[in-house]
Amino acid sequence: MQEKEQKKLEELARQLRIDVLEEVHSARSGHIGGSLSICDTLAYLYQRVLRVDPADPRREDRDRLVLSKGHASPALYAALAERGFFPREELKNFRKLGSVLQGHPDMKRIPGVDMTTGSLGQGVSAAAGMAIAGKITGRDYRVFAILGDGELQEGQVWEAAMLAAHRGLDNLTVIVDNNGLQIDGPVDQVNSPYPIDEKFRAFGWEVFHADAHSFPSLEEAFDRAMAVTGRPSMILQRSVKGKGVSFMENKASWHGTPPSDEEYAAALAELSNTGREA
Amino acid sequence: MEMTKSKATRESYGEALLALGQENERVVVLDADLSGPTKTALFAREFPRRFVDCGIAEANLMGCAAGLASCGLIPFASTFAMFAAGRAYEQVRNSIGYPRLNVKIGATHGGIAVGEDGATHQCIEDFALMRAIPGMTVVCPADDLEAKAAVRAAAALEGPVYLRFGRDPVPVIHESLEGFRLGKGLTLRQGKDVTIAATGSLAAPALEAARLLEARGVSARVLDLHTIKPIDRELLLQAAGETGAIVTAEDHSVIGGLGSAVCETLSGARPVPVLRVGVEDRFGMSGRGEELYRAYGLTAEHIVEKCLDAIAMKRG
Repeated sequence: MQEKEQKKLEELARQLRIDVLEEVHSARSGHIGGSLSICDTLAYLYQRVLRVDPADPRREDRDRLVLSKGHASPALYAALAERGFFPREELKNFRKLGSVLQGHPDMKRIPGVDMTTGSLGQGVSAAAGMAIAGKITGRDYRVFAILGDGELQEGQVWEAAMLAAHRGLDNLTVIVDNNGLQIDGPVDQVNSPYPIDEKFRAFGWEVFHADAHSFPSLEEAFDRAMAVTGRPSMILQRSVKGKGVSFMENKASWHGTPPSDEEYAAALAELSNTGREA
Repeated sequence: MEMTKSKATRESYGEALLALGQENERVVVLDADLSGPTKTALFAREFPRRFVDCGIAEANLMGCAAGLASCGLIPFASTFAMFAAGRAYEQVRNSIGYPRLNVKIGATHGGIAVGEDGATHQCIEDFALMRAIPGMTVVCPADDLEAKAAVRAAAALEGPVYLRFGRDPVPVIHESLEGFRLGKGLTLRQGKDVTIAATGSLAAPALEAARLLEARGVSARVLDLHTIKPIDRELLLQAAGETGAIVTAEDHSVIGGLGSAVCETLSGARPVPVLRVGVEDRFGMSGRGEELYRAYGLTAEHIVEKCLDAIAMKRG
């Protein structure tokens, strides 16, 4: 990856994190930790991967993205706004009465949202349905879904994983955001999903590891995942919950707690300074 | 007694899907390892590329159907009513109902008429569950013709539809169904003393009850309410006004189904006595369908009794 391209992605991801912070602070509600852990991935997807058109968000041959971990909606909304699907000003209405930006992604209200999600475990099924539709209609779009690691505890994920492999859905790539934390604590203490890679390989998937906060690593993983034929692919990305704000990183308590005014100011200062340091 | 043709509405469903598949390439069918009993195998044989067997995984079945619908296809997601409305309730609610996706849920083996399999497979709560989802259309056809008309109408309607079909053969009560419309009930028989509002497999017993009542000098109107939601408010208000008493009849719990829908409709607009024939607040059990209907009070004779009670209430 060229340095210029990497800088551009880093700048976009930094802006997404600031947007996330602003959204959740403005709403005094929302899930900040798991939003911050996927900002780099969303920056990469919307900048480099997804063939989408903000001027025609429903065009039939577009790539699809299902945010199965729908509580990370602040990050998705930020990415959609930065990509031009709706004005950035709307972000400050996140979770407020009358806003299109519902607490969890709503495909009927929000341009660019391909599936309504929020109830965990349902996104891979919908993504698999979209991928099957692509096979039936002969359209060559790709379908991506982003899952939480705690979400793997939902049985429906494995129902979908089995069917996706059985039907050879090589137009489907699932990203598991392995930040290691869920509401009740570390995922391996609550109910361990590990080893995630071996489980999915046993189900018939190709699995690639990535560092969720390294663009060269994401690039390699996406390139390899999208080259797979005959079976679905997974990018298992190791991430940091709360990434980018030192006092939020790797803390389960920042799953669904909005920052106070002081915490907001401190977080904003950190995010705004990033890039000028070092 | 004249001979009537009988056919299970699940057979009609399978045949209707096959016909739709020939006419419309957007129609796709999903099943959960029950394509034999649900009769979707007819479609699967003819259109294997447009058929998805999800195996025994109903949550995923509904989610896949949602994804297919989001891409402009018209999926019919099929399994037994118990697993469609019961097992996968939250998937239907959140992945299909809330985003108003164009999924048709083909739920066969509804009601206690399922018979020998017993209570675990006798879904008597599906109307209640599906009716509570905003924007969901809920349909339970009474016979072969109506089932086919309902499948066709559901495919033409943009939005989620729950269709309930039965396992056992039921008499064909309609001669033709031109002008069939979802949400518009049908008057099977005129009458002035009481109205029997029936759905699905109870429509034929309702007609029989009207004949029995006629022999006793009572004139009963019979309505076929194939669409439980949206309920035909106009037809019900008219019947309440003209006959002054209503008896509902359904193979469903008396809680939350057609009986409840009728009470909700009339209580605020034209309150008249409404008595409900259905499964009282208990589970089913094994037995033959017609034996269960007798044991649980879902026969023409039970409807007659309720009609006489309702008429007595009307007279105060």
